[in-house]
Amino acid sequence: MALLEVNHLDVRFALRQGEVRALRDVNFTLERGERLGIVGESGAGKSVAAFSLLNLIAKPGFIAGGEIRFDGQALTKMSERGLRKIRGNRISMIFQDPMMTLNPVLSIGEQMIECLKAHRRISRREARSIALDRLKQVQIPSPEKRLDQYPHELSGGMRQRIIIAIALLLDPDIIVADEPTTALDVTIQAEIMALLLSLCETHNVALILITHDLGVVSQVTQRMLVMYAGRVIEQGPTREIINDPQHPYTQGLLNALPQMATPGEKLNQIRGSMPSLNALPSGCAFHPRCDFTHRSDGTARPACVEQVPEFVISGQCRVACHMVAEMLEDRRMKEEAQ
Amino acid sequence: MSTSTTTTPSRWERFRDSYLWYSFKRDRTAQLCLAVFACLVVAAFCAPLLAPTDPYDLRHIDILDSELPPFWIDGFDERYTLGTDAQGRDLWSIILYGTRVSLLIGFGAVILQALIGVTFGLMAGYLGGRIDAFLMRLADIQLSFSTLMVAIVVGAVVKSTLGSAFYSEYAVVMLILIIGLAEWPQYARTVRASVLAERGKEYVDAARVMGLRSKRIMFRHVLPNTLSPIFVISTVQIANAIISEAALSFLGLGMPETHPSLGSLIKAGFDYIQSGSWWITLIPGAVLVVLVLSINLLGDWLRDVMNPRLYKG
Repeated sequence: MALLEVNHLDVRFALRQGEVRALRDVNFTLERGERLGIVGESGAGKSVAAFSLLNLIAKPGFIAGGEIRFDGQALTKMSERGLRKIRGNRISMIFQDPMMTLNPVLSIGEQMIECLKAHRRISRREARSIALDRLKQVQIPSPEKRLDQYPHELSGGMRQRIIIAIALLLDPDIIVADEPTTALDVTIQAEIMALLLSLCETHNVALILITHDLGVVSQVTQRMLVMYAGRVIEQGPTREIINDPQHPYTQGLLNALPQMATPGEKLNQIRGSMPSLNALPSGCAFHPRCDFTHRSDGTARPACVEQVPEFVISGQCRVACHMVAEMLEDRRMKEEAQ
Repeated sequence: MSTSTTTTPSRWERFRDSYLWYSFKRDRTAQLCLAVFACLVVAAFCAPLLAPTDPYDLRHIDILDSELPPFWIDGFDERYTLGTDAQGRDLWSIILYGTRVSLLIGFGAVILQALIGVTFGLMAGYLGGRIDAFLMRLADIQLSFSTLMVAIVVGAVVKSTLGSAFYSEYAVVMLILIIGLAEWPQYARTVRASVLAERGKEYVDAARVMGLRSKRIMFRHVLPNTLSPIFVISTVQIANAIISEAALSFLGLGMPETHPSLGSLIKAGFDYIQSGSWWITLIPGAVLVVLVLSINLLGDWLRDVMNPRLYKG
């Protein structure tokens, strides 16, 4: 049994204009110690997915359907009390901005001790020694001193190290990292990512890495999801997707990487921008930006505009695209004819 | 990353490095006000030591000594520096005791207001929804009754059920309750507004992700971040509570004349102002003005220092 199973997850926001569907039919599994990447542009629903894992979506959002099973228990049906025992204890989270995630008026030590004492019956002294141990693991210089310091006395990189230390505090099974390096300096980004990776490996912690940085995803994760407008459009082993992306959107994302551009020319980009979730285009949500709504012979593919694409299996990946589906169908027909 | 070997500063060192202390050192008004306020507080609470006579002890009062003028007017008595009131009590002693009563009621009422207001404000702001709507409507209803009306109603009910002797005996407690209950919405509204701003910040999400209870997040994470506005309105509210008490006593709804506050002293002397004994009402009045002014000026200074829009620290 997988450690975490997400089946047909459906998250909606009840707004005055009506319900907005922030996540539709999201499915994935995560094994113990596995690392999964979730990629997509801003507004694709990556962070909503992360929060819904802990059943922590802020109002007016709510989980409208589907199931999240963690270690055999359905988190979607669990009481607030039961969820509190899992949050921070077995599933912890790292946020984007280390400047904002630490409480400015509590010392680092107090914040760590508080988290420990919320989940375990231990004395302050024991808690302090565990906290100190974790600070050593994240390789912070002079860790004893940090315990009595306040967040504003530390640099961004150090704060993110502390946040990682807090995430590791209770030996969780899963760490959900929501863009953990976006707010940091480029030089520190690699350092923090390497640290997070090595800690996950040594503690056998599963990692869900939410990011828009495909470079990081390809280095760190074993499997990945690509999200667009609240839906997963491609998922499978990271290496396969990076080497041979099937969905035009994934192809576009990879093409947009600066290293893919020809020197001296403009960077590649996907034209247009992500549609607003309350005004999604018909059919495939990506079709207005897609270069493949017409076949190679110039005829239009009406399904792109009319029908929401179903998942098709291509190699080890699942792809939601009419073009890919058609290609696979053609190939199958040819093979049958032979 | 710095590898400095400095030890973490102690609380006192932190305070000395803070903007609060820096600004205080440069602000003459704040220094003067704090000095005046501190003198008044110390004098009031050391009243039994400083006062030459005990104005509550009827044996020391001689009606023949009544309406003696203060020392700069001819006809004064050496025993009574600031003169005496209409009942022959030493004005200096009774002002000390009266200031003590006023301060006691002021602080007590503000503590009560803060307890109710901060708890309700935190709950309304953090929990939101129906609890928020309910508590804020309660606040609106409370604010639509003026302090005076609450005092009259409570006073009338208590006097008619438990007797006026009971009321005068527990007048201090009664006034703390009345002023405390009448003014808590000020706190609740201020706290709610800051909590709403704090609630959206990521550290609150982070605390929830850590699996902490709502109660803990409210009091330990959100409350300390809303302390500056609480401090600022506390100064204003203390001054307001003292004035409210004086007003109630002046109208005869507050402290009885046997245990007068500054307000009841002003009231007691007011009847004699026409007969030339102006000092009985004016001297306690001046003390009240100085007390309230010093608190208000301190509050203004505190507001300027703690306003993050004026200074971000």
